[in-house]
Amino acid sequence: MTTPPGSGPRKINYARDLGDPGQFPFTRGIHPKMYHERPWTMRQYAGYGTAKESNQHYKYLLSHGQTGLSVAFDLPTQIGYDSDHERAEGEIGRVGVAISTIEDMETLFDGIPLDKVSTSMTINATAAILLAFYLAIADEQKVPWEKLSGTTQNDILKEYIARGTYIFPPGPSLRLTTDLMAFCAERVPKWNSISVGGYHMREMGATAAQEIAFTLSDGIAYLKAVKKAGIDVERVAQRVSFFFSADIHFLEEVAKFRALRRMWANIVKKRFKIANKRAQMLRFHVQTAGSTLTAQQPDNNVVRTTIEALAAVLGGAQSLHTNSKDEALGLPTKESALLALRTQQIMLHEAGVTGAADPLGGSYYIEGLTDQLESEASGLIAEIERRGGMVKAIETGFVQREILRTAYEFQQAVEQKKEIIVGVNAYQSEMKKATPIFKLNARNQKEQRERVRRFKQRRDSNRIAKCLEKLERAARGKDNLIPLFIEAVKNKVTLGEICAVLRSVFGEYRPAAKF
Amino acid sequence: MRKSRPTRVLVAKCGLDGHERGALVVAQGLRDAGMEVIYTGIRNTPEEIVNTALQEDVDVIGVSSLSGSHEKAVGKIMKLLKQDRARKRLVIAGGIIPPEDAKKLRKLGVAAVFEPGSSLESIVEFIKKNV
Repeated sequence: MTTPPGSGPRKINYARDLGDPGQFPFTRGIHPKMYHERPWTMRQYAGYGTAKESNQHYKYLLSHGQTGLSVAFDLPTQIGYDSDHERAEGEIGRVGVAISTIEDMETLFDGIPLDKVSTSMTINATAAILLAFYLAIADEQKVPWEKLSGTTQNDILKEYIARGTYIFPPGPSLRLTTDLMAFCAERVPKWNSISVGGYHMREMGATAAQEIAFTLSDGIAYLKAVKKAGIDVERVAQRVSFFFSADIHFLEEVAKFRALRRMWANIVKKRFKIANKRAQMLRFHVQTAGSTLTAQQPDNNVVRTTIEALAAVLGGAQSLHTNSKDEALGLPTKESALLALRTQQIMLHEAGVTGAADPLGGSYYIEGLTDQLESEASGLIAEIERRGGMVKAIETGFVQREILRTAYEFQQAVEQKKEIIVGVNAYQSEMKKATPIFKLNARNQKEQRERVRRFKQRRDSNRIAKCLEKLERAARGKDNLIPLFIEAVKNKVTLGEICAVLRSVFGEYRPAAKF
Repeated sequence: MRKSRPTRVLVAKCGLDGHERGALVVAQGLRDAGMEVIYTGIRNTPEEIVNTALQEDVDVIGVSSLSGSHEKAVGKIMKLLKQDRARKRLVIAGGIIPPEDAKKLRKLGVAAVFEPGSSLESIVEFIKKNV
């Protein structure tokens, strides 16, 4: 972290660089009254095991005051394998809920009214299929699609860089991305069809400036893809949302969110020539930084999460997930998950932070940091442009190498004690208090596998084969695939079966060596 | 123990998880310490990892696991390695592996499990002492 040049009162061109909250370039917030009018959504990322287990957990969180759902899926679901696939072995339900069939999805949302609860789904390569499941459930609940509120992450570019749940190469992946964006703009108007993320790149080791630059460059790449596909960019852009980290360097993080809003507003207005205010507004979800959590002295993590959450709130986030204190050890226990939610509720109701939008605006230090981050990030965005745009930069490994470089530098700084992490390289404790750790019920994994097998046996195999044939033809063509996915899942085609067809048509991504 | 050649290490990610920061930082750290390092990339089965380890004739296999699937995966790796009677290789692990599970892995023959917050220095020292 660096000190802004010339600390002290600075000249600010208010109209150009700040504007009032709710006014271009939205540096100070996207709404005039922000939380005074409407609090951020408390949206805890959760999910594990089977749909039944996760359904119960979601009801638990909602009953304790969570205001939006955020679904975590297991790795097989994210990578397009049904629970009965051999590659799903050992991974079922580990990092999220296992969803292979429409029945799994029904169970997941049993007793949860889709017209009353907004749902964010962290799903990327298979986003379109999960949305198809969700829309099918909405039909079963007799909720019109116009009433559905939520998000599909649908951000494949960061998967290649930092998260690794890609399936297909960039070309076909972007086709699926834009198909989903176009479909939602038309048929599910309140749905955020994409959540362009910096969180994962930041977690991988990117700096704040890199998080800004790489995320906005991804955003640019997606809007370019939308344009290239002949879709109305202005319409789609209004439902583009973002996802960032709230790291532990408190002041820099507040400045980062402000710089992000200003930069995206200018990109949408000047580069894409879109005058629509809604399209210019950067709407975002925040997660407190998982990589700052320590396995040593886990109680300290409550303090870290609180500081990070405050940065998100003073930075004007629309939606927030706070980590649990035990997440360097495993998934959250029920108790630690509740404490994480209570952290947000105390912040909202007791800390008096909702009275004004951008309360830190005008601080010489915050404005200086905002300017500095914008300057550094702009330089990096220009560098990516010089290299042919973000897709090219990813294919050549430039982005990955940059992030690995800063990750390694950070590790060295920790080893040399230039960066102090309490409990890890300073203030260590000999005494290790036994921390209760979440344990997944392994028997449910086996049950899930069997359930999927039985589901497949009970179907009309002719109808399934016809659906898959239709899918294959459409995948080879140019039509929007979403309506076909919806038809397929309603006809009991599974996620894995759809993906097997897509794999055969699109091929699988082969990454360049990272080391 | 004097080596006639640099220590060869395979850094491996097992299972479907795609988070590589730990594995890549460790790989870089070991290379900077003078070892020869091969990194598998993501999405490897235990069979693929052991095959590569044998082909590359490595002294050390370092397994990175964050998704919770370590017990089955590492268990399989240890089983497959036992079938190779040519030589003994040092197996170490790291990632999100709670202390209880670390004990189980050590019983299976894993020489050390490095928890989050472990220093590169400690990993390098351990390998130097035990290879």
